[in-house]
Amino acid sequence: MNRILILAVSLMLPLAVAAIDTGQAFEDPELQARYEKIITEVRCLKCQNQTIKDSNAFLADDLRREIRRMLTEGKTDAEIFDFLVLRYGEFALYRPRMSGKTLILWLAPGILLLIGGTVVVRVLRQRMSLPLEDEQDTEQV
Amino acid sequence: MKRFLLPIGFFAILIPLFVVGLGKDPRALPSTFLGKLAPAFSLPQLRDATRLVSNESFAGTMVLINFWATWCVGCRQEHDFLLQLQANNIIPIYGINWRDDRTKAIDWLQQLGDPYVASGFDGGNHTGIDWGVYAAPETFLVDASGTVIYKFLGPLSSYTWQKEFVPRINAANEAAL
Repeated sequence: MNRILILAVSLMLPLAVAAIDTGQAFEDPELQARYEKIITEVRCLKCQNQTIKDSNAFLADDLRREIRRMLTEGKTDAEIFDFLVLRYGEFALYRPRMSGKTLILWLAPGILLLIGGTVVVRVLRQRMSLPLEDEQDTEQV
Repeated sequence: MKRFLLPIGFFAILIPLFVVGLGKDPRALPSTFLGKLAPAFSLPQLRDATRLVSNESFAGTMVLINFWATWCVGCRQEHDFLLQLQANNIIPIYGINWRDDRTKAIDWLQQLGDPYVASGFDGGNHTGIDWGVYAAPETFLVDASGTVIYKFLGPLSSYTWQKEFVPRINAANEAAL
């Protein structure tokens, strides 16, 4: 039992070493929580499918530093996102704000679902209205 | 025949989209400063930290702002081309030595030649973030009024220069006349 425990614990050790964000945590837990939330919503522009929380690219590190600085200065979340969007564009945010430019991102899923749904319903209705014995004929159309 | 119209229509719309999309670099982001004033910066010069380089250094002239670093392979690739631009007096180039080591950067310029009027030293990536730089090399074309006309991601070459920069420079010069 002890051996298994030791093995289990030692397997967990490397994870602690691999922590990406090595910056010092905020003393204020509320600030820390805001910080954690913000960095999961910001894209690392260098490695574009990672958030800056997950990325060990130096750019992610620098952006975490800037966010930490702004939080210390008492900036609001919106001001921090503005800072990033001004420099890197809406692409920097994993949840782009709704605006003329990003409207299609927000609406496209609904529109596509609507189109797909309409097609499915129409095809199903059409098939349901076909008499069963006509199946062979329809294949030849 | 009519039943094929819809799929063929989709095909006709999608294929051009794919063809255009495949030719694009998905990592290349346009600068958010296109058509706007270049972000203000003021940095100690690379070779002489007691002197500054800032937007004022090139006010009234069209210039290239080239973010480079010694760890950046693309910067090594474009270096000879930058030297050519300088040798032929095509356009003044200002460098921002980005996230780099000062000694290494000075050595690099001494060994390979220095194409820059001046290089600012941005080891802490402050100017880089202000300019929205996320990969080196990045080259900004800034016109005489200080407006960013274009940003290019990746190494410059005579091909990219002719294709991307020359038309924009000519257009800006004509507009200024």
